[in-house]
Amino acid sequence: MHLATYLGLLHTSLNTLADAFREVGRGHGEEPDVEHTCLLLAGRIDRQTDALAPIVERYGEDREEEPERLHAAGLEGTRSGGVGLLRDLQDLYALSSFTDITWTVVGQAAQGLRDRELLDLVEDHEQETSRQLTWLRTRMKQAAPQALIAAR
Amino acid sequence: MNADAVPERIAEVWGARTPYRRGDAWPRRADIHLEEGVGESDVDRWVRSACVLCSNGCACDIAVKDGRMVGVRGRETDLVNHGRMGPKGLYGSWQWNGKDRLTRPLIRRDGELVESDWDTAMDLIVRRSQELLDEAGPLSHGFYTSGQLFLEEYYTLGVIGKAGLGTPHMDGNTRLCTATSAAAMKESFGSDGQPGTYADIDHCDALFLFGHNMAETQTVLWSRVLDRLAGPEPPVVVAVDPRRTKVAEAAVESGGLHLAPLPGTNQALMNGLVRELIVNKWIDEDYVAAHTLGFSELEKTVEPYTPAHVGEICGIEPDTLARAAEIFGTSERVLSTVLQGFYQSHQATAAACQVNNLHLLRGMLGKPGGGVLQMNGQPTAQNTRECGADGDLPGFRNWENPDHVRQLAELWNVDELTIPHWSPPTHAMQIWRYAEQGSIRFLWISATNPAVSMPELPRIREILGKEDLFVVVQDGFRTETAEFADVVLPAALWGEKQGTFTNANRTVHLSEKAVEPPGEARADLDVFLDYARRMDFRDRDGDPLIGWQTPEDAFRAWQECSRGRLCDYTGLSYDKLRGGSGIQWPCDGERPDGTERLYADGVFTTSSAACEDFGHDLLTGGTVSATEHKALHPDGRAFLKAAEYTAPPEEPGERYPFVCTTGRTVYHFHTRTKTGRAPKLRRAAPEPWAEVAASDAAELGVTDGDLVLVESARGRVEVPARIGRVRPGVVFLPFHYGYWDTGGEGHPRAANELTMTEWDPVSKQPLFKIGAVRVRKVEG
Repeated sequence: MHLATYLGLLHTSLNTLADAFREVGRGHGEEPDVEHTCLLLAGRIDRQTDALAPIVERYGEDREEEPERLHAAGLEGTRSGGVGLLRDLQDLYALSSFTDITWTVVGQAAQGLRDRELLDLVEDHEQETSRQLTWLRTRMKQAAPQALIAAR
Repeated sequence: MNADAVPERIAEVWGARTPYRRGDAWPRRADIHLEEGVGESDVDRWVRSACVLCSNGCACDIAVKDGRMVGVRGRETDLVNHGRMGPKGLYGSWQWNGKDRLTRPLIRRDGELVESDWDTAMDLIVRRSQELLDEAGPLSHGFYTSGQLFLEEYYTLGVIGKAGLGTPHMDGNTRLCTATSAAAMKESFGSDGQPGTYADIDHCDALFLFGHNMAETQTVLWSRVLDRLAGPEPPVVVAVDPRRTKVAEAAVESGGLHLAPLPGTNQALMNGLVRELIVNKWIDEDYVAAHTLGFSELEKTVEPYTPAHVGEICGIEPDTLARAAEIFGTSERVLSTVLQGFYQSHQATAAACQVNNLHLLRGMLGKPGGGVLQMNGQPTAQNTRECGADGDLPGFRNWENPDHVRQLAELWNVDELTIPHWSPPTHAMQIWRYAEQGSIRFLWISATNPAVSMPELPRIREILGKEDLFVVVQDGFRTETAEFADVVLPAALWGEKQGTFTNANRTVHLSEKAVEPPGEARADLDVFLDYARRMDFRDRDGDPLIGWQTPEDAFRAWQECSRGRLCDYTGLSYDKLRGGSGIQWPCDGERPDGTERLYADGVFTTSSAACEDFGHDLLTGGTVSATEHKALHPDGRAFLKAAEYTAPPEEPGERYPFVCTTGRTVYHFHTRTKTGRAPKLRRAAPEPWAEVAASDAAELGVTDGDLVLVESARGRVEVPARIGRVRPGVVFLPFHYGYWDTGGEGHPRAANELTMTEWDPVSKQPLFKIGAVRVRKVEG
């Protein structure tokens, strides 16, 4: 069974995502809403990771054999200015989307296994990922015109 | 009654009691105050108005003698105040007339503001405006207005900004005072619009005040409560406030409760109250099933908030929470009011929505005594919200609804794409950020004083002082903000111009011009119209965009904009407002006498076609999409919005061990621009102070009157200490003391030196109530 591979992938991408939210939050302290929301969401992703523990215990997790291209690359730093903020939020959006589809795939396995506990977990956490995507989209839509047109 | 018969209202803030019984009408009493030496028979004429010195908006008549305002008298027949006036209305509304007013435009020459004339000043503004439009487009322009102008002025400004220039960067200082009220109503009920009415005080048998120090912020409304408490069948009062206020004292005396949660923990408290209602089955299941959405999500979210858990988070006794919930859950008619203790605090919209939830769960909306009042901090704040001079589209329209945008485009005869609607209109905190970053380079500030009222004043001064920011300030006095302006425009004030305004319970009043403005000062409406004319804003047919010249014509234009919306004004007119007194909207052909309460039928403004907003995630502010909203089929059902409690962005720690909470007190309003110039009010509270608990004072070695330094990571103030009634660990600073009357000695007294640049994710209202500070005695 290859579910362990995907649980490993999920685990890693959640950690990467939480780190990325923290990085962007800290890097954009001059946008207080961005900082606060990023740190809030990072904390909630940590909670997701914790909640994954019993599932990992059940099915195992295989982090060794994934091909490199399955890794979501994290952030190495943040950019500055209006466009920099947009680009950083967009990176988060890409990472969050990666996690989103990973949950979906794991959820499909849970259906096949008829694992109600895992199904409930997937449902909760897909809502959480959707919250991240919604906020990122909202914030980027707000910032885009000013950054692309009026910023000097 | 002559002036001498009215007791001194500085000491006796709420006046004498006129007790009444539940369900009876609140007795009338005309409060009056005239200038010394002037008797009622000396008054040449009485001019209809309403007071703008707190959000109550009490109806009054202005006494005029020899072309001067010489006093004021409450209007007995009015539904808001039944003739009463508070100390600010009696002593502060007219006394500043004629003294140190701005009478001519000022322009900056070689770094100094010098007197000029209207043509020169307006030319400068228009030239800079056009330069920037050519160079960078409308996103270079921002407008920051007030909660003090009239409806006609807001609407005109809104049309100029949205259809003339096409900038989304418009907001009012209502963002600091009432944004959460609007946001919470949009989230729960689909649209802004106060469900309840002040008359619910006459009918309720339990009254909950959530973060609302009504005794000091709305003195006349509080006298209505005191009169109920003094009469037969008084209501039980519950107060939520970290300070032992007069409201809290009255609550305890009434057999109710005072809950004093740690600042920043309101959402935990509210989740606890909602949970108690649910587990004890104090809910109207039929109402919930028929008229709401989201119950199971709410139930799941509040489940962990047991009284013990809430007690730990909030620092209160679990029993008091349970008892408060019982009062709410078992009283026959409950009225709730909400204000800045919630709105200017952490998780503001979420907590205010939980108050709505309590009422929805009990089906306690739209009936006498069973209502909710999401209050305003300012008298005409409601008009900023309605007319689109703040972060909303006019007439409670939804920026995400193409039909709504099309309606406006047709009304104004402009291309839909002119009206910015790609995201919500920019909120004030973001406008200032864009100015800081240099992408907004033209900022027009009218009737407000951000150099004192905004959070983190050192930052605001830096922004206002930026070389590449062109600042226009339009006001009656040379305020702290005007000192930073490139152009200062002298504005006519209350009593010197005509217009209407609407208070927190939807009551519209007409305010007539009583006297001529001093010197060359002009009505704000005339200034905006002049700008529009000089900028030559045109509609699609090449006609002038703004087709009106007078306040009454502007009012008629607004009526068309409001037609068919929840805030329908089409049944009103200046004449009708002159014939009686205040009238509550919606007022149209079917409801010619206005509407006392909204949502009596349990049908809310939540249909996807009608609603003002599709809603937000309360934790992050992420917007619900049109598709998601439609999929929910709200169809008139209210939303039971839920959110967990999260820790506030700043908590006390080793370096800054106290929570600093700030607020308004009874003798001053706004940044004291007017009230600080009224001698009686000024004498009553000339200086700010820091209120600390007795136990904290003892540890700090501070006694009453000692000078203390209160410091946050952002700034500091030095003020005398008052040993007061805050809970230990909390310091209270009255805000809105500025520097115009200090002789220019540094910046050590405005509470907003300390406050933080953080805001609620949904309402974008800044957090004035939860900064971490340290306190020490200043030796010497």
